[in-house]
Amino acid sequence: MLSLVDSGSGTVVGTVRGENVLLDVYRTGSGPTLLLLHGAEGREADEAFTDALAERFTVVAPSHPGFGLSPRPDWCDSVDDLAYLYLEWLEQQDLHDVVVVGLQFGGWVAAEMAVRECSRIGRLVLVDPVGIKVGGREDRDITDVFAISRAELDSRNYADPAAGPGDLALAPHEDVLHIARNEEALALYGWEPYLHNPRLRRWLGRVHVPALVIWGAQDGIVSPEYGRAYADSIPGARFELVEGAGHRAQIEQPDTLAELVVEHAA
Amino acid sequence: MQYWHFSETAYPYLPPEETINSVRVTLPNGVIDPARAADLWDRYLAEWQVADECGLNVMINEHHATATCMDPAAPVIAGILGRITKDARILILGNPVANRKDPVRVAEEMALVDLLSHGRLEVGFVRGVPYEVSAVNSKPVMMSERMWEAIELIQKAWTTHDGPFSWEGRFFQQRHVNIWPRPLQQPAPPVWVTAMTPGSAARIADDNYVIASFLTGYEGTRKVFEAYRDRVAETGRPTPADDRFAYAALTYTGDTDEEGLEGARKLMWYVKANKVPFEFVQPPGYTPYFARAAGLRGERSAYDFKSLTLEDLIEEGIVFAGSPSTVRGQIEKFYEKVGGFGHLLLMGQAGFLEHDETVRGIRTFAEHVRPRLDDLFTAHPVAV
Repeated sequence: MLSLVDSGSGTVVGTVRGENVLLDVYRTGSGPTLLLLHGAEGREADEAFTDALAERFTVVAPSHPGFGLSPRPDWCDSVDDLAYLYLEWLEQQDLHDVVVVGLQFGGWVAAEMAVRECSRIGRLVLVDPVGIKVGGREDRDITDVFAISRAELDSRNYADPAAGPGDLALAPHEDVLHIARNEEALALYGWEPYLHNPRLRRWLGRVHVPALVIWGAQDGIVSPEYGRAYADSIPGARFELVEGAGHRAQIEQPDTLAELVVEHAA
Repeated sequence: MQYWHFSETAYPYLPPEETINSVRVTLPNGVIDPARAADLWDRYLAEWQVADECGLNVMINEHHATATCMDPAAPVIAGILGRITKDARILILGNPVANRKDPVRVAEEMALVDLLSHGRLEVGFVRGVPYEVSAVNSKPVMMSERMWEAIELIQKAWTTHDGPFSWEGRFFQQRHVNIWPRPLQQPAPPVWVTAMTPGSAARIADDNYVIASFLTGYEGTRKVFEAYRDRVAETGRPTPADDRFAYAALTYTGDTDEEGLEGARKLMWYVKANKVPFEFVQPPGYTPYFARAAGLRGERSAYDFKSLTLEDLIEEGIVFAGSPSTVRGQIEKFYEKVGGFGHLLLMGQAGFLEHDETVRGIRTFAEHVRPRLDDLFTAHPVAV
């Protein structure tokens, strides 16, 4: 089992009905604040991208409740809860002009934050985000990650499947525990409707900050066309396709993505 | 001891195993020859009638999107059995309530079947097997919590007779619950809940429901039943009677040991023809994450019987098979090892065990095993 953070090692990100919400929060770098919201890969898997961002930003990277080493309060079971929790946290710290970077599932969380309240967000960057419905009722916009083999999952998440965790029988135990815990949290938040909120797209017009949507050209989970539709739904958003990257573009092209973020935040 | 004939009503005529990825969830239903499926249903129903004629009870279950069970609507079959059997108690084990979107509908179905069968229904509730969360789009996280909220809502629906009540729970919301008709058995039909691990037993014990365990063998079953008994003792109630405990085993009785084993070999289709890929066997959240991590690393699950031989399965108390005296001995031994139980669920048909073989197995059990066991164990009436 993993040892989750406790009141000694965790960060209080909010208080809900008198109870502190404790998360595992990683902070690194210096400069303007950048809130990095991970996807199903978990915060730990984004190390190279986090390091690249840390050269220009103070990166604040929480593990969402239920992911990584963050406990999950029983009531916390929806993306809405995550969005309100992080908005509350920005307010409590009295942060302004925060660069919010959301990766895949974390991109959905970031978008849900931005449609609710942009006053503390300076720039928004979404990397292969899920969260909206684009196609018709019989179009599977988002590959069912819970219904495919590990090999297929790697080949869809990465342009080069070798960038993925590979054969889990050979992977470090700790990593496999993280994968299992992260996938459970993903199922909790995103099982039905599957990894999207049917109402989110209609409200994306409320995102009043400059937004950049980055997409891995070889994303096999969600197509670049879906990404273009996402960007088209956010007023003035820019769309960037990155070659040599799958769904988890930050893992395969960390430096390119960090440069795009720096440029967008400038 | 009460005995229940059970068939999972498979459609066993499948393409070679190496040509398919899974017998569940993704196997196209184009594989089915509808006429053959209709014939199979005729014979499965006839087998339950034979069990009834022999003085046994009958048991059915429900699964979805799988060749292993052609019954995706247990209440339909239970309603039929209510009319084509005469004396048998009819057990649905069970209604997969963590996977059913509308528990009130389940309460209505059960009330209707109870009327149709003139009060012969026993209502089992199960959480639902892991394979089916994809087939029925049911979130595999917090299933147990969902199951219990559904059971509480169903119980209240059965037992409220003074007009509508509202229910605004975590998982289910209803404005006006006032089911018509209501069950014949008062205050409600007997309830069973399955448990495969000791951790599930306490909640079942608290409601005095029958606890049922499937293919868990001597050791697993003993632990599950013990957890139930411990909980009853802890809460200061009298020792529960045997009729609170049920166990399902693959069972085939022949005239000789050889014939019994031959039948059991055919029943093993149930455990051998269950080719399902990992992603459907262990969806995230169905088991604790660290247990699933072990599965991801390739460790064998406790319920993966594929590598076991018939002899292993008999040794572990998962299969009862042989001549009448052998089967009696196996059941007596099981009774001793698990601290007693009052319901034996006889999985007496599976795969390619043909109609005449199935009927022979049922009759031989009823005529030559049951009377001797009745002499040993008090024949408890089913608690109502």
